[in-house]
Amino acid sequence: MIEAKDLVKIYRLGKVDVPALRGVSLRIEKGEAVAIMGQSGSGKSTLMNILGCLDVPTRGEYYLDGQNVAKMNEDELASIRNQKIGFVFQTFNLLRRATVRRNVEIPLWYADTNNRTSRPNVHEQAETILKIVGLGDRMNHRPTELSGGEQQRVAIARALINNPDLLLADEPTGNLDSQTGAEILALLLKLNQERGLTLVIVTHDANIASQTQRIIRLRDGLIINE
Amino acid sequence: MKLYRNILEAFESLSANKLRSMLTVLGIVIGVAAVIAMLSIGRGARASITSQIESIGTNLIYVYPGAIRQGGVASASGAAGTLTLDDAEALLRIPGVEGVAPQTDGRAQIAYLGQNINARLVGVTPGYEIVYNLTLADGVFITEANQVARSSVIVLGSAVAESLFGSTAGVVGQSVRVNGMPFRVIGVLASRGGSGFFNQDELVLTPLSTAQTRLVGQTRFRGASVISQISIKASSPKLVTEVVAQVTEVMRSRHNTVQGTDDFTVSSQQDALNTVTQVTDTLTLFLGGIAGISLMVGGIGIMNIMLTTVTERTREIGLRKAVGARRQDILIQFLVESTVLSIMGGVIGIAVGWLISRLIGNVQLGGSSITPVVGMDSVLLATLFSLAVGIFFGIYPASRAARLQPVDALRYE
Repeated sequence: MIEAKDLVKIYRLGKVDVPALRGVSLRIEKGEAVAIMGQSGSGKSTLMNILGCLDVPTRGEYYLDGQNVAKMNEDELASIRNQKIGFVFQTFNLLRRATVRRNVEIPLWYADTNNRTSRPNVHEQAETILKIVGLGDRMNHRPTELSGGEQQRVAIARALINNPDLLLADEPTGNLDSQTGAEILALLLKLNQERGLTLVIVTHDANIASQTQRIIRLRDGLIINE
Repeated sequence: MKLYRNILEAFESLSANKLRSMLTVLGIVIGVAAVIAMLSIGRGARASITSQIESIGTNLIYVYPGAIRQGGVASASGAAGTLTLDDAEALLRIPGVEGVAPQTDGRAQIAYLGQNINARLVGVTPGYEIVYNLTLADGVFITEANQVARSSVIVLGSAVAESLFGSTAGVVGQSVRVNGMPFRVIGVLASRGGSGFFNQDELVLTPLSTAQTRLVGQTRFRGASVISQISIKASSPKLVTEVVAQVTEVMRSRHNTVQGTDDFTVSSQQDALNTVTQVTDTLTLFLGGIAGISLMVGGIGIMNIMLTTVTERTREIGLRKAVGARRQDILIQFLVESTVLSIMGGVIGIAVGWLISRLIGNVQLGGSSITPVVGMDSVLLATLFSLAVGIFFGIYPASRAARLQPVDALRYE
């Protein structure tokens, strides 16, 4: 599913080159649940951005489903993100002015295939997904009317709507209390087991990491152990 | 992403900030309303002036004296006293000419009992009645006999009669003093009700010969008394061009001049119409241009707000890009938003401009009212212009939004 070879990412800050990744190689198989851990500044966010095709590495190769993503242009990356990857962010990133259902529909509007985006079809897909994450009765509410846990469920539904192969969660429980956080994590793991979704969680919470099958630890831009 | 979806989203995000959107739109509303109102007033003014000119008749031709040239020095046009009664008689013989009215102009003090007014006095021949389609409310017009006898008779415009006698009835036969000399009123003109440049209600007419010898004073040219203008009526508007050519030719042969050294000027009512059209068109363009500037200012307002919006919604842009929006998707989204703003402004502005021009249509300006006309073309122009403003001033903020990198945009606080 994911194969990264010797990823290097260097940011240029003024005249200084700051290496965020200094040669990371990893493999993640389809259907795996993996946690990426590390202190802040360890490069875990950079790695997550590259794995999520939000950014490209300075050097190295990254194969997602056999395609070399490192060589793609912006629009091709956008299309890959739309089709293959679902994102769950720490801050949810929901549109406050739109209803829950409309938030969930957003990725569908950017899908290449037009036959899936007819209006009733879109509504139906959003409703199905919202029922899966347990929000079937909240579809016409606005995000501001929901609790933090419910908002993160909306974000998960949004990540799922295009049927991605890979679910990337960046500190998905960071803004939630431990009880709600546990529920969200349970939902993510359930999706991983029941739907065969590849799950990658970026976290610094060892308790969360311990519930995944595998932990990748980063320090100073390198993988220190697995 | 489909267009209707973008339009829907634009309305959604604009209504999330209602006050701000309304204030932004206001600039465009004012600009478009000004353009619509200015164009319609300009057009109304033109129609009003044109109809005044046309009410006198479009088949009139005027001959004025030209400039005097002596030793290469030319005086102002009209200064030369070169037209005579003989010229007028010669012009009457041209085929297609229905009437000729030579005249001399001046002002005179007209008194009746306690009333005393200063009026425009015109010395005319009987032909004046034909040329200017005059109708009399009472009495008769100046006759050939009056002209030959240099009679002390006078025909009053209706407004003059009103101010001297308080009425137009029972005036004929009364005696008034013109510059101290007694004159008998033989007729009163019917009111034209008109106003503006050519108000015949305020004229006082006497025989040309009387005016020349006793009222206006005279200069002589080739042994004949000089007149100030000859008006000619062609028998139909179609003949005007032909008659103008003939008149010019006859005048040249009588005055022994060649083209370029003419001591007279021939113009037609058609020329006057063209001039008015040109002047009002220029005026309309000028006013429209000024109104256009406020439209530009409105556009800058839109740009300003769109830049703010893009900054505020950086994380939203990041999210959209993360879930698959390409550059062009974001570009179109924000372009549609700025265009929706400006089109809304355009539509409201058209309504406001239409209201303004209706209001102005109700205002009387010195007795004459302008009827502003809001044409489909100016509505179309305003719509297209506001569309263009929306796209033009939206393109920079939208392309800034489109160029954002998803990673940076998502991290934006």
